[in-house]
Amino acid sequence: MIDLILTPFLDFAFMRRALLGCIAISIGATPIGVFLMLRRMSLTGDAMAHAILPGAAVGFLVSGLSLGAMTIGGLVAGMAVALLSGFVTRVTALKEDASMAAFYLISLAGGVLIVSVKGSSVDLLHVLFGTVLALNNDALILLCSITTITWFALAVLLRPLVLECADPSFLRSVSRLSAITHFAFLALVVLNLVAGFQALGTLMSVGLMILPAAAARFWAQGIAGMIGVAVLVAILSSVTGLLLSYHVSLPSGPSIILVAGALYALSLIFGPHGSLMARYLPRPHLQS
Amino acid sequence: MNRRIFLGLTTALAMLPLSAFAQDKLPVVASFSILGDIVAEVGGDRVAVSTLVGPDGDAHVYEPTPADAQTVAAAKVVFVNGLEFEGWLDRLIEASEYKGPVVVATTGIEPREMAEEGHEEGEAKVEGEADDHGHGGMDPHAWQSLANAKLYVANIEAGLIAADPEGAATYAANAAAYLTEIDAAEAEILTAIAALPADRRSVVTSHDAFGYFAAAYGMTFHAPEGLSTEAEPSAADVANLITQMKAEAIPAVFMENITDSRLLEQITAETGASVGGTLFSDALSGPDGPASTYLNMMRHNIATLTAALES
Repeated sequence: MIDLILTPFLDFAFMRRALLGCIAISIGATPIGVFLMLRRMSLTGDAMAHAILPGAAVGFLVSGLSLGAMTIGGLVAGMAVALLSGFVTRVTALKEDASMAAFYLISLAGGVLIVSVKGSSVDLLHVLFGTVLALNNDALILLCSITTITWFALAVLLRPLVLECADPSFLRSVSRLSAITHFAFLALVVLNLVAGFQALGTLMSVGLMILPAAAARFWAQGIAGMIGVAVLVAILSSVTGLLLSYHVSLPSGPSIILVAGALYALSLIFGPHGSLMARYLPRPHLQS
Repeated sequence: MNRRIFLGLTTALAMLPLSAFAQDKLPVVASFSILGDIVAEVGGDRVAVSTLVGPDGDAHVYEPTPADAQTVAAAKVVFVNGLEFEGWLDRLIEASEYKGPVVVATTGIEPREMAEEGHEEGEAKVEGEADDHGHGGMDPHAWQSLANAKLYVANIEAGLIAADPEGAATYAANAAAYLTEIDAAEAEILTAIAALPADRRSVVTSHDAFGYFAAAYGMTFHAPEGLSTEAEPSAADVANLITQMKAEAIPAVFMENITDSRLLEQITAETGASVGGTLFSDALSGPDGPASTYLNMMRHNIATLTAALES
């Protein structure tokens, strides 16, 4: 048993790199996922992932399979969509979901257009669905740096962020930090999605951001507890997914996300807080 | 890369007026660049060849454009590789309402079946085995053997003569001249391979397109990915490959012009094999590249292979 778990990582450097990359994403992206969930913005993560595509595509067209160019392109496109939609939300009558949807659809269409005009050459999707098995040193350094930045930023933003989750209008009435907090948080979302797309591809990286957070909701009630459980779930999914990919010969990205999905389903049924079992199969009260 | 894209675009642009204004030439369409080159050799001055998937393009997963449909609709003959290589082409021909002949260049070629054994846990990958993805177990890359290319030439010649009987003599002469060139290239390749020691004839490439090449010239190609560029490799595939490369001391790894190179970098870092250069499999390079024509491509591939394996 221990052999089955340890040998792949002991024998192969690419497995160790994949593991390190996944752990970095797990630690960085899942707290973001928890806050997204608490602010009822879980689908925003998905929208932002689509918004990043055209930037990465342009980066790829300009300088090929270069980590730097694709990262910067993704960041620029993601930040543009986040800032524009946030601006529209705060200045006009349009609500956040609608403005976000509008801008990410425009961005996505732009990306598809760019890829199609480029036409016959390399299939960009093949590149955009990055593979966790091919992380080089630069990509690992990028992933770990983004995780570090995320945690420092969260440490600074924690108070206003929690207030934004609980009562955004209260925060807006007592402090001017509301807008800053909101945009800084969106920047963190973009940053972590860009990190994730190096390893898992843009669409899969959302899975590792949201699914562990949703699972953690059933296990803990405080924010700290939720983040802790979410990170554990994400790391467990990464390890199990990689091992499945190794032993059963499945593509690694989807298997990691599907393990996270399975853990979510289990939490949904068996978790102690608000799960199916807690709601509909309550334990008998203690009788005196 | 940028320069190559630019060149590809300019050639594509340059071709548009050519096919539009060259009324006296027979307009024909070839599905991808390698086939286009062979058709151009056989057709010579009498035909104007348009190629749908240009140099460096991946014909496995090509998205046709409306311009392609127009090109096909205006053509007198359409040449395809067949063996399920161009999955998108049937729909394109249907959509363009093209009614003329479709010449399958691989007619008469015995298709290579890809081995269908799965890799169960603990079972090492067998040499030359590849996972079967998308092509229904058939290997479409028949042009990688020059013997097959001669059949391509015969099929193309027959197709052109059927569409343009007046040019029969020209086509026959062009085909004969081209066959001589193919023979010369084949002799070169056989000599080059004969000079390699028997234990230095296996390499790894990122795309398993060299089944016919391997069978015809007695080499072994291992691939980290399956037959098609569409599938994402699993950790088991990569681990098996690394184990095998270490066990058999495979000396060289080759990049291709069309697939993700990051995976190969990881494998070379882990095994210490050398990166041998670029092999061209599914597409020609731009006109200034090392694989500007089909025969140049074959010569370039064998030169690159032997250079890496001799060292």
